[in-house]
Amino acid sequence: LAGITLQGVRPRLYWPITLAAAALVGLLAYGLTAVGTDTSLDESLAKGKRVEAPVAELPRLGGSGMSSLADEKGKVVVLNVWASWCPPCKSEMPLLQRTHEKIAPQGGVVLGIDTQEPPEKALAFLSEKHITFPSLRDRDREYGRKYGVSAYPETFLIDRDGRVAALRRGPVTQQWLDQHLTPLLKEQA
Amino acid sequence: VRVLLALVLILGLAGAAEPKASLPDIEDEVMCVECKTALNVSTSPVANQERDFIREKIAAGLDKKQIKAALVDAYGPAVLAEPEAKGFDLSAWLVPGALVALAAAGVALMARRWRRSGAAAAEPAGPDLDPDDARRLDAELATFDR
Repeated sequence: LAGITLQGVRPRLYWPITLAAAALVGLLAYGLTAVGTDTSLDESLAKGKRVEAPVAELPRLGGSGMSSLADEKGKVVVLNVWASWCPPCKSEMPLLQRTHEKIAPQGGVVLGIDTQEPPEKALAFLSEKHITFPSLRDRDREYGRKYGVSAYPETFLIDRDGRVAALRRGPVTQQWLDQHLTPLLKEQA
Repeated sequence: VRVLLALVLILGLAGAAEPKASLPDIEDEVMCVECKTALNVSTSPVANQERDFIREKIAAGLDKKQIKAALVDAYGPAVLAEPEAKGFDLSAWLVPGALVALAAAGVALMARRWRRSGAAAAEPAGPDLDPDDARRLDAELATFDR
């Protein structure tokens, strides 16, 4: 076997074999990049640069029709990615509800992105916790991937121009909200 | 004849009845959507929620196929351990088959080459010895038999 090389392969077989090998390598590369975490948002914010927030039409949780971040244009949005099976998400929900009530008169809104769970489970959880801020359903976490979501909960502050101004990969705290959300609410579009 | 008819009827009904779904039967064909491991070896909170969801559907009388469809509706296609045979996921079915076919073609090609080279080696190296040389060779070899 050691003596057998591609030199011995007929020229008409050389290109099909090379192309098949290249296609296989391409497929593997796609597979690796498709499941990787996107960190471009973190890198932009680290440089002090705000980037356009990804937008997608998603089903309203507990309602009919579709909605998106674009429907909140002109408002400061606290975009929170959550799931009812995630213990830290449960813990931060009361703080997010209080924040929603506090910022609504100042042109702000908390928008939940419920992910990877049956809607009935999510709705039962919201009812139990007395949560009134709206949520959209990101069934496959396709939308979350655009924000580089890799765990739960994660929160993104969107300014009045629809740009990501800050992010928190993990539960939010009152201190973090005071530091990043309060000045954002004072900004004009 | 009546007995035969009854037998055919019973067998027909038995064949038509959908087997009752069970959690262990479904668990090994479903993924924990967050941990990316089979549900039957996952213990995370989302895995527990998926198991509860399956139990509820079994209690509601759904069969295995219906429960898997409900899981996809709730968690997305990634919840299935076996990729769907459509779209990009189709490559998961086609690529291994194509690789096996390619390997088989390669082995067949090599086998043909080896057979040819083997046949070439088996051919006589040159013309027969002339009678004088043959006699001399026999005489020389005979000295070794003494």
